[in-house]
Amino acid sequence: MAGSDVANIVYTDDIPAERPWSRVIRRGQTLRIIDSAGQQAVDALLYNAGDPAERYSAQDTLREQGSAYVVLGTQLISNAGRVMARITADTCGRHDTSAGCCSCESNAVRFGEETRYQHACRENFILELSKYGLTKRDIVSNLNFFMEVPIEPSGDFTVLDGLSAPGNHVDITMEMDVLFVISNCPQINNPCNGFNPTPIRVEVYEA
Amino acid sequence: MQDKQAIAAANRRRYEELRAAGQQSAKKTLPQPTRRDDAPIADDAVIERRQVPGGWYTSLQLARGEALRIIDVSGRASVSLLAWRMEDTSERINCADTVKVQWSAALSKGRVILSDMGRVMLSVIEDTSGAHDLLVGGSTPASVVARFGTTTRNTSENFVVAAAKLGLGIPDIPPCVTFFAPVTTDEAGRFVWRGDRKQAGDFVDLRAEMNLLVVVSNCAHPLDPDGAAAPEAVTLIRHRAQLSAADDPCRTASPEAARAFAVTDQLFA
Repeated sequence: MAGSDVANIVYTDDIPAERPWSRVIRRGQTLRIIDSAGQQAVDALLYNAGDPAERYSAQDTLREQGSAYVVLGTQLISNAGRVMARITADTCGRHDTSAGCCSCESNAVRFGEETRYQHACRENFILELSKYGLTKRDIVSNLNFFMEVPIEPSGDFTVLDGLSAPGNHVDITMEMDVLFVISNCPQINNPCNGFNPTPIRVEVYEA
Repeated sequence: MQDKQAIAAANRRRYEELRAAGQQSAKKTLPQPTRRDDAPIADDAVIERRQVPGGWYTSLQLARGEALRIIDVSGRASVSLLAWRMEDTSERINCADTVKVQWSAALSKGRVILSDMGRVMLSVIEDTSGAHDLLVGGSTPASVVARFGTTTRNTSENFVVAAAKLGLGIPDIPPCVTFFAPVTTDEAGRFVWRGDRKQAGDFVDLRAEMNLLVVVSNCAHPLDPDGAAAPEAVTLIRHRAQLSAADDPCRTASPEAARAFAVTDQLFA
């Protein structure tokens, strides 16, 4: 998979299918997440790197925005009401922040007990957060990049086939130093990954 | 490769079957809203009554089988709620799973509120309103300044203080559910406040399916155009309910609900 054409790339990594990743990204730097093979949900959490008690808040983000999807220009708001980051480029269209992450426990309820012992995003989040002294309690409702979850006026709420094509990307520019945590979603029971989890690429670049 | 494709095809079939069940058949069997003059609580079932003044919070313990009635006496209040499992507070209300597992952001009679461990925390056993919010959350210091031009009491700070008095900290505060907050989305995804769906005397009965610590905050919802900086009091009644029977409407609402109840029951087996 070829890299992007942006200048000043200071970091790049390919995240294998089903795996977690994290990195502190400095204020002013931009994280580009590339859906290398398409239709791959990328679950993400953000923490203030200097004070992780301040973290991404889906409800604050949606309230401030007045609408239900993460799109170009969306400000990612913390539980302290501050802008942590902004969506500064997006070739996919829209992203979810209402559906949370998959877990062994919710999979068993959604899809049947036979799916309990499958790898899940919350396993990834717990393991990755443990490197920073953070625990399950620190997991909040996350972002789901490249995940298509329309909310109908009736309230109907459905995870549909991902809209992202191979190579689509989203850019997140940090407004503070952010511990950015990703789970490259392992879900195989709904269409968020086309029933086939695939690798993604991350790049950090400076303006 | 053939195997992988066969598994993917089988998983897609199961997903489409669950979706059809969740968004078609399950919806048709949900009970009708409770009438406002119905579902009286017998005097000897009442454990305690409380008023929560406008702008304030309260916390209480609910044992499995007890229920909390929240009454919007004025029809102008909204009540945000958090819950933790009493024996292990790392388990708590999870709005995202509540929405996702039930295929709907609309909470109403017959639905359940799930924990992050796939268990049922609260069942909505009576509900006159069916107009609640799982997406946007309560008011915050920023939202009340934007709304009222001045700092007022707000749900975000109420939760921090109420949680602290239970020995819980900021990491223990998840997204909340807000009752009597008719938030829907339009076709473009913009939030719409359906004020016509609020009535004086609206109430919900939430039955605890495990032992819970509960915090409620009585502050205007941030999207309520008529919300007051100092809203009117709401009434809470903690009362004894029946443990859910095998044919309980919340338990039988969907295959997902049945599975969530089954893992919840294991805690008490």
